[in-house]
Amino acid sequence: MTDSKYFTTTKKGEIFELKAELNSDKKEKKKEAVKKVIASMTVGKDVSALFPDVVNCMQTDNLELKKLVYLYLMNYAKSQPDMAIMAVNTFVKDCEDPNPLIRALAVRTMGCIRVDKITEYLCEPLRKCLKDEDPYVRKTAAVCVAKLHDINAQLVEDQGFLDTLKDLISDSNPMVVANAVAALSEIAESHPSSNLLDLNPQSINKLLTALNECTEWGQIFILDCLANYMPKDDREAQSICERVTPRLSHANSAVVLSAVKVLMKFMEMLSKDLDYYGTLLKKLAPPLVTLLSAEPELQYVALRNINLIVQKRPEILKHEMKVFFVKYNDPIYVKLEKLDIMIRLASQANIAQVLAELKEYATEVDVDFVRKAVRAIGRCAIKVEQSAERCVSTLLDLIQTKVNYVVQEAIVVIKDIFRKYPNKYESVIATLCENLDSLDEPEARAAMIWIVGEYAERIDNADELLESFLEGFHDESTQVQLQLLTAIVKLFLKKPTETQELVQQVLSLATQDSDNPDLRDRGYIYWRLLSTDPVAAKEVVLAEKPLISEETDLIEPTLLDELICYIGTLASVYHKPPSAFVEGSRGVLHKGLPPRTGSIEGPESPDTAPSGEPAADQPSVIPTQGDLLGDLLNLDLGPPVTGPPMATSTVPMGAVDLLGGGLDSLIGGSGSFTAAPSSTAPTNVGAPLGSGLGDLFDLTAGVGTLSGSYVAPKTVWLPAMKAKGLEISGTFSRQVGSISMDLVLTNKALQVMSDFAIQFNRNSFGLAPAAPLQVHAPLAPNQSVEISLPLNTVGSVMKMDPLNNLQVAVKNNIDVFYFSTLYPLHILFVEDGKMERQMFLATWKDIPNENETQFQIKDCSLNADAVSSKLQGSNIFTIAKRNVEGQDMLYQSLKLTNGIWVLAELRIQPSNPSFMLSLKCRAPEVSQYIYQAYETILKN
Amino acid sequence: MCFQQKMIHSLFLINCSGDIFLEKHWKSVVSQSVCDYFFEAQEKAIDVENVPPVISTPHHYLISIYRDKIFFVSVIQTEVPPLFVIEFLHRVADTFQDYFGECSETAIKDNVVIVYELLEEMLDNGFPLATESNILKELIKPPTILRSVVNSITGSSNVGDTLPTGQLSNIPWRRAGVKYTNNEAYFDVIEEIDAIIDKSGSTVFAEIQGVIDSCIKLSGMPDLSLSFMNPRLLDDVSFHPCIRFKRWESERVLSFIPPDGNFRLISYRVSSQNLVAIPVYVKHMISFKENTSSGRFDVTIGPKQNMGKTVEGVVMTVHMPKAVLNMNLTATQGSYTFDPVTKVLTWDVGKITPQKLPNLKGMVNLQSGAPKPEENPSLNIQFKIQQLAISGLKVNRLDMYGEKYKPFKGVKYITKAGKFQVRT
Repeated sequence: MTDSKYFTTTKKGEIFELKAELNSDKKEKKKEAVKKVIASMTVGKDVSALFPDVVNCMQTDNLELKKLVYLYLMNYAKSQPDMAIMAVNTFVKDCEDPNPLIRALAVRTMGCIRVDKITEYLCEPLRKCLKDEDPYVRKTAAVCVAKLHDINAQLVEDQGFLDTLKDLISDSNPMVVANAVAALSEIAESHPSSNLLDLNPQSINKLLTALNECTEWGQIFILDCLANYMPKDDREAQSICERVTPRLSHANSAVVLSAVKVLMKFMEMLSKDLDYYGTLLKKLAPPLVTLLSAEPELQYVALRNINLIVQKRPEILKHEMKVFFVKYNDPIYVKLEKLDIMIRLASQANIAQVLAELKEYATEVDVDFVRKAVRAIGRCAIKVEQSAERCVSTLLDLIQTKVNYVVQEAIVVIKDIFRKYPNKYESVIATLCENLDSLDEPEARAAMIWIVGEYAERIDNADELLESFLEGFHDESTQVQLQLLTAIVKLFLKKPTETQELVQQVLSLATQDSDNPDLRDRGYIYWRLLSTDPVAAKEVVLAEKPLISEETDLIEPTLLDELICYIGTLASVYHKPPSAFVEGSRGVLHKGLPPRTGSIEGPESPDTAPSGEPAADQPSVIPTQGDLLGDLLNLDLGPPVTGPPMATSTVPMGAVDLLGGGLDSLIGGSGSFTAAPSSTAPTNVGAPLGSGLGDLFDLTAGVGTLSGSYVAPKTVWLPAMKAKGLEISGTFSRQVGSISMDLVLTNKALQVMSDFAIQFNRNSFGLAPAAPLQVHAPLAPNQSVEISLPLNTVGSVMKMDPLNNLQVAVKNNIDVFYFSTLYPLHILFVEDGKMERQMFLATWKDIPNENETQFQIKDCSLNADAVSSKLQGSNIFTIAKRNVEGQDMLYQSLKLTNGIWVLAELRIQPSNPSFMLSLKCRAPEVSQYIYQAYETILKN
Repeated sequence: MCFQQKMIHSLFLINCSGDIFLEKHWKSVVSQSVCDYFFEAQEKAIDVENVPPVISTPHHYLISIYRDKIFFVSVIQTEVPPLFVIEFLHRVADTFQDYFGECSETAIKDNVVIVYELLEEMLDNGFPLATESNILKELIKPPTILRSVVNSITGSSNVGDTLPTGQLSNIPWRRAGVKYTNNEAYFDVIEEIDAIIDKSGSTVFAEIQGVIDSCIKLSGMPDLSLSFMNPRLLDDVSFHPCIRFKRWESERVLSFIPPDGNFRLISYRVSSQNLVAIPVYVKHMISFKENTSSGRFDVTIGPKQNMGKTVEGVVMTVHMPKAVLNMNLTATQGSYTFDPVTKVLTWDVGKITPQKLPNLKGMVNLQSGAPKPEENPSLNIQFKIQQLAISGLKVNRLDMYGEKYKPFKGVKYITKAGKFQVRT
């Protein structure tokens, strides 16, 4: 007696027969018929033709039959809107039924029928159900509001359902609260601008209480909602964390991961010196590890998230390497993820174990996995210097196996090892050369060619080897062709006598016989270089290469921070922000980590920050127009922008500015808490609109300390006598990443002045007005006006002498006047000028000694701490402090708007008012001006 | 109008031969053709276990689990927490298992109406409604042969028409008015050892995954406290929602009002290396010769740290390399099979008697001309030890408050091999 009987059909035609049965007088027959209809639905058969007949069965007191009809309705109402109307009366009646189960069922089903006409009938019953005495009905109704909102948002707002829903957050029943939160979050997600989930300490408290009582699914909704809250200070953050940590022991892994998200996010606000911070770190490891003993699908999602977590906070799992060891029967998708995390966790302490494992994996069956394992060995060599030798010998062992794909992978990674440790492992080249013939993948061929070219002087038959590749030049992939071209040119420069013919050959192959523009261009460049200036050619082609960074495949820090806010979501699985891939995501909010409060210490610990080239280190994310709009819409989420109105603020900013200077601060606001620890976060007082957007972040968080770079008092730039009565005095300032020129215009003539405009000549750092000069009313005699002119650094660049010279032209109704002024360089020091510690050391070593300049700062009575906080206010960041023989040594970094880094060592003797300042910079001509900036800042 | 469905839009159940045998849509109908992307991924993965759980298609995401030879493929349209979906899908499978005794294609097809009612009850607009078996069973009665006969005679239904009592109380996991003539509470402490042992026999990795599964048949609203001799062992624990976390934090006592029937009370993990005893050792000699297309195979299993208990139910499975054609072995104990298609060698050993260690040895025939296999197979070992929790965890006592009767109490311990692998 099973349901499979419902699948049997007769020859007459199923639909016909069902129709007859549905209209039967016998209740039992009717029910059986509806069951048959449902059975057909489950296998995807179209039984929509039976709509009227099924709806006719709806009016029944048999609950099971009613449920079945409802099931049917939900499936087909969309395709039969007119027919669905027929059901409305029954729905409305059912919403009044004495049985709460039926009331709930009716309101729930009505919400599922996505037909506009039905929605108007839904409002009244829904309103009643939201206030029903039975919590089961209320919680069902809460979800129904979200459904209705999806169909007709306006209606929901007009009917005041949103307010009712908000009231339900305070409901006495935790299940109702959870569903209300879920419904509100769903609505809020589709309308980021609506201030729906008004999260404040009181509502947060309610949520936290409900968290302890509601079902596991409700807990997930509440935790996800909590994650969007921005605690006002570190104390509040800690108290929320304390109440969330018990969720880490929940059996439902989704609850655990949502709790991890909240903790990871709020942890940002806690000072690392706090005992609680350490406790929290310890508490996070076990639940993450436990996720790995769950079903493989759960493991996979957990691993993708752990991958983010170990990049952000490697200290959490640094002792848990072994749980990531691969079992041979793990699904391949789990294996690959585990491998990735193993490399991220590899350190000097565990490298021996890791290598032993990787070697084991390299003999497994699955090709993808083996390849990745081989590559991982190379990454270990690059990451942990002490292990490099062992890694190389492991790789050589693997090459000896002669398994084709293993050999190729090994050669690719050995090339990277050569890059990292030049002149150390060249003895293995001979072994590599033996395997030349077996290489058939472009990447491996290119790597091998690179090695041969790079070490041509040590390989006796380098010319023969390269020549052998040349035979099939046109069949090679571009990657190989380019590499071959470069390698042969290198060879020629090293051994010019024997290889002239070869180089001729490759140059003509590249320039004359190829259709590939890249290849042709490179060929021509080499050709010219070689023919005009072989010495220069040598300098270019054989130039010393920058070292490759230790970590590979790191996620760019601002993206990582955003992804941390999305732990547990699809975004975390794809490692892309939702805006990048979710279809139809309306105005996706950019999420950012909160700034750390209560601690002056830098937000990034040295061991977590990635290292890279200084230039590459600077993330340059340019939000798309859509994102920008999204952020603009968020404006009304925060309190109104405060501060004295500026002369320019009434004028809409030019589009140029929004996309230029303004954007930097936008990014600063949404993603990079790293740039501005709150102790130095300046407010937006007097800042132009563009940066006001970025500032919201600080404002909403309730942080608002007034600070900024040092601003010199105004001086007269243009005396009245030189400018037909117009006197201009001014100064420069920098606040929240935006530079402004603060001017006072005074009319000392006898006639009214109007039609002001300003222009800058080209200058060393591309300073240019970001908005027109706005003087509202004509300037009457003996009147002055204060104006703050926002500047950006996207203007044309021309080196000036002195470097900080700025030539300005001001026009008014009388004439055009010219003057020049010197701006202090510190207005160009950007907010993210804090270099990571190791980076600093490497860069310091890397910059040649002749670029070092020393200065003496006299008569400064500040102590080291005061110095460093004073300098930090102007974006000169102290990276480390050492005490050597009674002297304080401060190591500092700063970055100019054009990306030039300056490294400084400041030596302070307690008894001596003269400081020694040593500056190192790749562009030493700025040093003198940096020194001046130091002087100005410290002495004022 | 825009369509945005949080969470699960649709669910497809697919069997191993790629037939979609059930579909359920919580909103509009999504065409079956969306599953083509899944089939594509399945084809690429070759092995059913290797199908990635999250697949993106141009308009949807497919999040799937593989359970009991069935793929549960859910269709998602917007950003959702995938774990949420995966957990939910597993819960659906658990519920089927609970209702029909097995989660199989036949069972689902035989009960398709109940399945549909269940799915509808479990999820509303993407919000899970009722996933606790206690509550579901009050809303939708599980099928029994007797009931379906009675139903068809009397015309009564298998849908409950009153609101389940537990659904909204603060203890949603327990229904009111439970009554038993024999009041019993059983706890099974089950520990599984996950380990990787390297060639030389030393432990690369080992940890214990433990659970306490309970079967509670107590009348009324009993309030239980379970304490341990050595609660310090439990530092990484996941709890059933019924457990009062604060009591555990402060007193290391499990205090709870239990659900009725079978449930998992806690799961825990013991990872510190020195606490994980390895109850068996394996001596192995597996080698392949290049020129003769043959190899040798010799494996002996013996007891190690087994706390004086008998190791039984020992089974060894080995995925032999592809080049292996056949195996010609002799077992001193138990029986072995070799499947030449899947290349899986299974040796059912049984009990280990220390006096006479089980051994399996003989010749391996390789495909002639094929290169000698590079990889060495890992040995997967299963075993069981009764009356022992290998971590040493011991229940101290169980107290009951809130009810007057005297329940019958029982605790059982068992240790098993989890993912226990020996590399060769």
